[in-house]
Amino acid sequence: MAKKVLETININKYFYDPVKFRVLSDINMSINEGEFVSVVGKSGCGKSTLLYILSTMDTDYEGELLINDVNLTKKTDKDLAVVRNEHIGFVFQFHYLLSEYNVLRNVMLPGIKLAKYPLKEIEHRAMEHLRTLDMADQALKSPNQLSGGQKQRVAIARALINDPIIIMGDEPTGNLDKKNSDMVFDIFNNLVKERNQALLIVTHDPDFAARTHRTIEMADGRIIS
Amino acid sequence: MNYRLILNIAINLIRARLKQSIIAAVGVTFGIAMFITLLGFMNGLNNLLDGLMLNRTPHVRLYNEVKPSIDQPVLISKDYKGNTNFIQSIKPKDRGREIYNSKAIINILKQDKRVIDVAPKVTAPVFFNTGSIEITGVVNGIDVPAEEHLFKVSDYIIEGNVFDLNNENNTIIIGKGLAEKMLVKIGDVIKITTIKGGLVSLKVVGIMQIGIAEIDNTMSYTSLRTAQMLLGESASYITDIQVKLTDVLMAPAVAKEYKNKFKIDVIDAQTANSQFETGSEVRSIISYAVGITLLIVAGFGIYNILNMMIYEKMDSIAILKATGFSGNDVKWIFISLALIIGIVGGLFGLLFGFSLSQIIDMIPFETSSLPTIKTYPIDYKITYYVIGLTFAICTTAIAGLFPALKASKIDPVEIIRGK
Ligand SMILES: Nc1ncnc2c1ncn2[C@@H]1O[C@H](COP(=O)(O)OP(=O)(O)OP(=O)(O)O)[C@@H](O)[C@H]1O
Ligand SMILES: [Mg+2]
Repeated sequence: MAKKVLETININKYFYDPVKFRVLSDINMSINEGEFVSVVGKSGCGKSTLLYILSTMDTDYEGELLINDVNLTKKTDKDLAVVRNEHIGFVFQFHYLLSEYNVLRNVMLPGIKLAKYPLKEIEHRAMEHLRTLDMADQALKSPNQLSGGQKQRVAIARALINDPIIIMGDEPTGNLDKKNSDMVFDIFNNLVKERNQALLIVTHDPDFAARTHRTIEMADGRIIS
Repeated sequence: MNYRLILNIAINLIRARLKQSIIAAVGVTFGIAMFITLLGFMNGLNNLLDGLMLNRTPHVRLYNEVKPSIDQPVLISKDYKGNTNFIQSIKPKDRGREIYNSKAIINILKQDKRVIDVAPKVTAPVFFNTGSIEITGVVNGIDVPAEEHLFKVSDYIIEGNVFDLNNENNTIIIGKGLAEKMLVKIGDVIKITTIKGGLVSLKVVGIMQIGIAEIDNTMSYTSLRTAQMLLGESASYITDIQVKLTDVLMAPAVAKEYKNKFKIDVIDAQTANSQFETGSEVRSIISYAVGITLLIVAGFGIYNILNMMIYEKMDSIAILKATGFSGNDVKWIFISLALIIGIVGGLFGLLFGFSLSQIIDMIPFETSSLPTIKTYPIDYKITYYVIGLTFAICTTAIAGLFPALKASKIDPVEIIRGK
């Protein structure tokens, strides 16, 4: 049986402003390694909120979250930062890159932070990722010299640098055209196939969702299928 | 924690906002430079003024004070023992001003490890006669080599040589004011009347100027022997024993000790010059206060710029946190950033402060009252530089701490959602 990389047990979340409001109700789910999962649902149903909790950035919830069989509920900010650094790759809808560094450095940064490999090795790996994403020739550019699709590919490369066990994306193709969107899908698909990493991608694109292994559908803060 | 990475990020943040960072650093530079210059200048002046008095006053002086004896006859009388006795119109007892057994005392003092050197002195009030006018003045009979060793009297001799006092008997060095009043120059002979009425002729071999008119108008130096002859006293007659210590701060304690040991009046430099000490202290406090105020202002500059930077760099902070940097890491990034600004600004401040001091040091400052001083005095004490840099680092660290804490608490979810 495949190994579980992520599991939630009865996750509930409330917002209190302006009125108490239950955004997520009893979320129970799990993802295995090598699984490509998409999350769909109407706008405002709580997909992003769920993803922020799963990525350990949001700790204000009830219930339990396990990543790599480690219960992360009630861990300190420092421990969670280490988990994010080592085990989770995150791709945002908007390409968040650091304008202070060039493309290559941006990709390398989480690797330098983890410090598992020497700098030379990290640089080599970063270049490899950029090459698979067809971005090698842009490596020394500054992020604001890139197009939207190019930035998104850099962000993906950055998410991959530490070989995370799970990669999460919040509408990573939302801003891309069909061609770029297909390309990102292919990249994701290859990761799952070749590296046995897990993928959890929120999307509004039915085609995209249809091509994944499994689709989680949400409505009003619940998983309906 | 990966310090090199954190430092690298801090440096890159500075590079991205180079202009503001430089402005913040210049604030620190200015503060430190002013602090160093101000303190150096103020304390240079202080030392000059202290030197003016303190270097020419002994750390400890032994002498006989004119005063009534403490044991009045009635207090010794058995009949009135236990009563409260009121005595009126007590007159001081004439014990003479001579220090008895001065040779022995000097020998003991010279053996004391805390003592640099001892200089005996005879002071005598005299009248300088010029025509029909008598000018009151003082003759200081000095042991020339000892006096030179302790007080560097030659610094104040503007004409002639102090050692001529020893080379020739019956010679005198007189204050500049005195020389001008009597219209005498080197080689002239002047007449002096002692209070006992003796009349002596002395040859002027030098003119001195201390810079304090009151002294220059009344003071004169002769050799010990000449002064003793003037008073008709023997070669053992000494009125003052001047002592210089290795550390002037010990003076009050040493003075007390000698007082008990030799049963003689003793005064220490601190007591003799208390008003000067207060003046120096006030000047020091003022310069420290101004310098520190400048640095605090610079600190606010850094605080503002860091706050602005954090506001601008919200996205970057959110990315850093999302990719595995903890709140603590982010805090240290901004503290390092502040410290870099503080240290760089501070070091330049030291450099500029030093240069500025050097410039002031070259400005001519010639007053007739300070013959040995040619330019403005500056104190280059290393302590000011150490304090300056320490304070620069402290202010910037504190100024950086609050924005850094704020940055560490930024919730990445809020920033990402806000897009
Ligand atoms: N900080 C907040 N305070 C209060 N309510 C919030 C807050 N953030 C989100 N919400 C509400 O929570 C619900 C879920 O928001 P969420 O962003 O998760 O939706 P979503 O499924 O990602 O939508 P979309 O597909 O449009 O991105 C929405 O109704 C939203 O209004
Ligand atoms: Mg969303």
